[in-house]
Amino acid sequence: MLKIKPTNINYNEAVISIRDLYKSFGHNHVLRGINLDVYKGENVVVLGRSGTGKSVLIKIIVGLLKPGKGSVNVLGMEVDKLNGAELRELRLKIGFSFQHSALYDSMTVRENLEFPLVRHRKSLTRSEVNNAIDEVLDAVGLLQTKKQMPSELSGGQRKRIGIARTLILQPQIMLYDEPTAGLDPISSIEINNLINEVQEQYHTSSIIITHDLTCAKATGDRVAMLLDGKFIRQGTFDEVFGTDDERIRIFFDYNFIK
Amino acid sequence: MDSINRPPEKHVISKGLDAFFLNIYRSANFVFRFFKEVFRPPFEFTEITRQCFEVGYKSLALISMTGFITGLVFTKQSRPSLSDFGATSWLPSLVSIAIIRALAPLVTALICAGKVGSNIAAELGSMKVTEQIDALEVSAINPFKYLVASRVLATTIMLPILMMYSAFVAMMGSFLDVHTNEQTSMTTFFENAFSSITFLDIFTSVAKAIIFGFTIGMVGCYQGYHTTHGTQGVGKAANASVVISMFFIFIEEVLIVQVATWLRTP
Ligand SMILES: Nc1ncnc2c1ncn2[C@@H]1O[C@H](COP(=O)(O)OP(=O)(O)OP(=O)(O)O)[C@@H](O)[C@H]1O
Ligand SMILES: [Mg+2]
Repeated sequence: MLKIKPTNINYNEAVISIRDLYKSFGHNHVLRGINLDVYKGENVVVLGRSGTGKSVLIKIIVGLLKPGKGSVNVLGMEVDKLNGAELRELRLKIGFSFQHSALYDSMTVRENLEFPLVRHRKSLTRSEVNNAIDEVLDAVGLLQTKKQMPSELSGGQRKRIGIARTLILQPQIMLYDEPTAGLDPISSIEINNLINEVQEQYHTSSIIITHDLTCAKATGDRVAMLLDGKFIRQGTFDEVFGTDDERIRIFFDYNFIK
Repeated sequence: MDSINRPPEKHVISKGLDAFFLNIYRSANFVFRFFKEVFRPPFEFTEITRQCFEVGYKSLALISMTGFITGLVFTKQSRPSLSDFGATSWLPSLVSIAIIRALAPLVTALICAGKVGSNIAAELGSMKVTEQIDALEVSAINPFKYLVASRVLATTIMLPILMMYSAFVAMMGSFLDVHTNEQTSMTTFFENAFSSITFLDIFTSVAKAIIFGFTIGMVGCYQGYHTTHGTQGVGKAANASVVISMFFIFIEEVLIVQVATWLRTP
């Protein structure tokens, strides 16, 4: 069931490098000293309870939110120091899959996928665009939904289309916000496999945010545990959970009810 | 949990006033950003055209009906006071002045504020709360340009056109009434009507419509783009966009009329 993970990770090249990152909303101090490196070709899973600031963290990486303090370096660029054009340039290399899919309601599934593609790859011919759309739809197993509107899809289907939409531009970095939340176990495993295939095929580096330990175990080369605005533990899945730390044990115990 | 022990929020003046000044600052920024982005390529021609069509399509039926009825009713109501002086032949010129100078721009603007402005606010508002605007942003598409600039341009372009159309329909309504009562021919009616209208009248009305259109688009987009508090906020944004743009339309109307009167008196 769980696939053997590929191991061609380049530990000399960090694609994302975060140092002493702080972020507050008013008096709500969400992130308090985050340090994280993501290496080329690596899948890093970020675990943490609801409201600990996981979504905030990846939104800062992609420049949707400004960091309060500290530095966020993505593909060699300081995200908060970029101007509009540079930021757009960087974002083309990052795929961001939203927690609630964020599909464009007014467009069909096909148009959702076509939209970023035709805007950014102007040289593509009609048939190349069609092929690219079919390819990613096939990868998420939803070829038959091409003509449907997002409102006609189930939550899990929307999520997969959301991932397909980010994959279509073949990003170097993928940021998945809870890719398996709300999916049935079989679809979850399919998504996990998809995440691993993407890593293998396109040599992408990813941050995968999740509550789902099966997903963490299946996709993560490394797991980082977020608590009270800091990573309290990082390492392989077994390293992180091979501990007596009550705060981490509780997470594990509730996920795999004995 | 620190969420429970949060210290009370501090305000510069008071909560309401702070929010008020923040809103003014943000609106000014929003308008400024529009002018900065709208003249900078690449231009969203397809999107602008689509939005122009939307604006026209959404309001055409209502404007036709309201315009026609306004012209007809206004003529009917004005007749008694004119016929007291045996001056019903003045009806076409009286009505046309009223329509061109005041009624057509105002009726068109109010209808569009209700129909188009609220729709823009609701559409952008729901895109905002479902993170579709963020999704545009992360796929390296400038959401301000794609969503806001195109819509504001569309309302600014379409309002003068709709205003002319509603003026025409209102004149037809008026003609119907004048024709049935005084048996005036169409040629005579329109000759009379246009004899009293000056270039300044038409110019002022077009200018008004352009300003109203810009206001409706801007207010709708601003409200939608700054929607918070989930789906509940979407309804509020739509509602606020109608109230606020109507408020601005009336203020602008008064100001423009003042300026026009001042230009008219040598
Ligand atoms: N734009 C914002 N403005 C104000 N506060 C925010 C904003 N975004 C997030 N927060 C706050 O930051 C905290 C962390 O939010 P975040 O969405 O990152 O949680 P999360 O770890 O992703 O949780 P979940 O697993 O439920 O998605 C929350 O307390 C939230 O209220
Ligand atoms: Mg989240």
